Amino acid sequence: MWTFLIRRLWQSLIVIIGVTLISFISLQMGGDPTYLFVSENASAEEIQRAREALGFDAPLHIQYLTYIWNAAHLDFGNSLSYRQPAMGVVLEAMPATIELTFFSLVLAIALSIPLGIYSALKRGTPADGAIMTFAMLGQSIPNFWMGIMMIMFFGLYLGWLPISGHVPFLEPLFEGNFAEAFGNLPGSLYYMIMPAIAVGSYTLARNARLIRSSMLEVLSQDFVRTARSKGIRERQVIVHHALRNAWLPVVTMIGLEFGFLLGGVVVVETVFSYPGIGRLVFNAINQRDIPVVQASVILLALVFIALNLIVDLIYSRLDPRVKL
Amino acid sequence: MANIDSDARLDLQTPVPAPSYRRREAARAMRSLVASRWALVGLIVLLVAVFVAVFGPWLAPFDPNRQNIMARLLPPGAEGQGGAVYWLGSDHLGRDVLSRLLYGARVSLTVGIASILVGGTIGTLLGLVSGYFRGWVDDVIMRLGDIQLAFPFILLAIMFLVVLGPGLMNIILVLGIGQWITYARIVRAQTLSLREKEYVEAARAMGDGTASILFRTILPNIVAPLTVIASFNVASVILSEAALSFLGLGVPPDVPTWGSMLSESRDHLLSNKWWMAVFPGLAIVFVVLAFNIIGDWLRDFLDPRLKERG
Repeated sequence: MWTFLIRRLWQSLIVIIGVTLISFISLQMGGDPTYLFVSENASAEEIQRAREALGFDAPLHIQYLTYIWNAAHLDFGNSLSYRQPAMGVVLEAMPATIELTFFSLVLAIALSIPLGIYSALKRGTPADGAIMTFAMLGQSIPNFWMGIMMIMFFGLYLGWLPISGHVPFLEPLFEGNFAEAFGNLPGSLYYMIMPAIAVGSYTLARNARLIRSSMLEVLSQDFVRTARSKGIRERQVIVHHALRNAWLPVVTMIGLEFGFLLGGVVVVETVFSYPGIGRLVFNAINQRDIPVVQASVILLALVFIALNLIVDLIYSRLDPRVKL
Repeated sequence: MANIDSDARLDLQTPVPAPSYRRREAARAMRSLVASRWALVGLIVLLVAVFVAVFGPWLAPFDPNRQNIMARLLPPGAEGQGGAVYWLGSDHLGRDVLSRLLYGARVSLTVGIASILVGGTIGTLLGLVSGYFRGWVDDVIMRLGDIQLAFPFILLAIMFLVVLGPGLMNIILVLGIGQWITYARIVRAQTLSLREKEYVEAARAMGDGTASILFRTILPNIVAPLTVIASFNVASVILSEAALSFLGLGVPPDVPTWGSMLSESRDHLLSNKWWMAVFPGLAIVFVVLAFNIIGDWLRDFLDPRLKERG
């Protein structure tokens, strides 16, 4: 267990160094990076001052070491539009993004498991065909377009669901204000329904297909036949024998799924004017506020790496065959 | 003796097939395509998309960038001045939605296919090298891939494109480089097993150089799985391109793309200018769906064993 943990932590550290190297390279791609950190109408002196302050007059390797040093202190420079540390701005938007990502993942998994199982059990029937057609569509519809269509239909035409806005849940929770947090929860979920469906649709579709195919494979195996021949009820066979094995590949995918979801969140938040990192990145892109873009991307990458580490640890618990 | 014989027969399948075999395979592919109706529909959609991408400028009724204040936000089918019809309506600057849609096909397909060529070429080369030479080269290449996979791809693209600025070449390179590891992993795995085969051994014994073994003996036998991956990959790259254009990171603003059309439609949702949002989205869905369906069919056709697993 400990050797596994240490090895995985070591791997994560290498990945984090890789991430900082890539983001450092991306800064250097456009020539002198100083121009990315000053406003467009800065005077020559201001630019020179910024260059010295940011250390861009030093040799590249020194610059990189400075970059890592600063990154380790979560210092990505000041936001050009907010005029305060970029990381602070990003951290403020973080809870809303975590709420949305988590909710859409839960939604996607909760729906994909029954759909996948049902499809596998009813293989070849019209029900199976319909579910798989929807799954194919879910994998082909751009999430932000799905968001726009839902806004038009459920938001504007039917008037059932709010088309923008957000009720905070994690923020009061972190502040220790539990009553407010859980009082906000229903409203929070209500505002997240459409964005979460848009973000989670791809994952839902892919997992439903994955569960169906892995269920079909497991159902044809000897231990399922044995269980059936022992006279165990079909329901029991499916839940306790088949599903336990069928959903392992799904768990493996969940770690990678976070990456898709985080990417999807960035775009979908913009559609729903949802106040998370995605909308922040969108505005920062349009204002060329590079420090905020960098801080957001690196923070999301760190979250992704940490989540993958956690998923790996959980996976090894679920599947005793995986040795730690 | 019998043993050698059966081995030889098995291996006849693996090297590049003879022309008559190829013709038979092509006929089999056609029959399978027609039999699975959806795949045929997918293929037709793709052919239409390619036709539009190539001949868009001749098909478009308007210049896609011509603004016309008198013809702003016209609904589909409305007639403009001089009797010109805006079949799919016009946008907030009075530009014809249909014409922009036709031009947009060009960007989507170019980016989709060019990125796959870039990513596929890099990935295949590195995968061949990795699997054939193994050792530290393999380690370095695969660890690089791990690092890249540990990074949500769209974030990586955003980070580079925001510095590089918009441009067709930039987006193709960024999306292409984002895909290499998918190809490298598959090619590596295949190469690892193929390099031990007798016919590779034979080529080596005949004095073939490394390059010849890699590209003439091993590569032709990996093309099938690569084609399947590429087909799905084009679909996901087109989705990524649309998302990046939507964020304002794609091609320059004067080039119409489906993603940027959707981005512009956002400001006109409240006033119910639905045509600005519906048509570009449908265009993306049709093309992506077509590539996904073709990918499914190719996988079943090239590897019937997988069919059972859906």
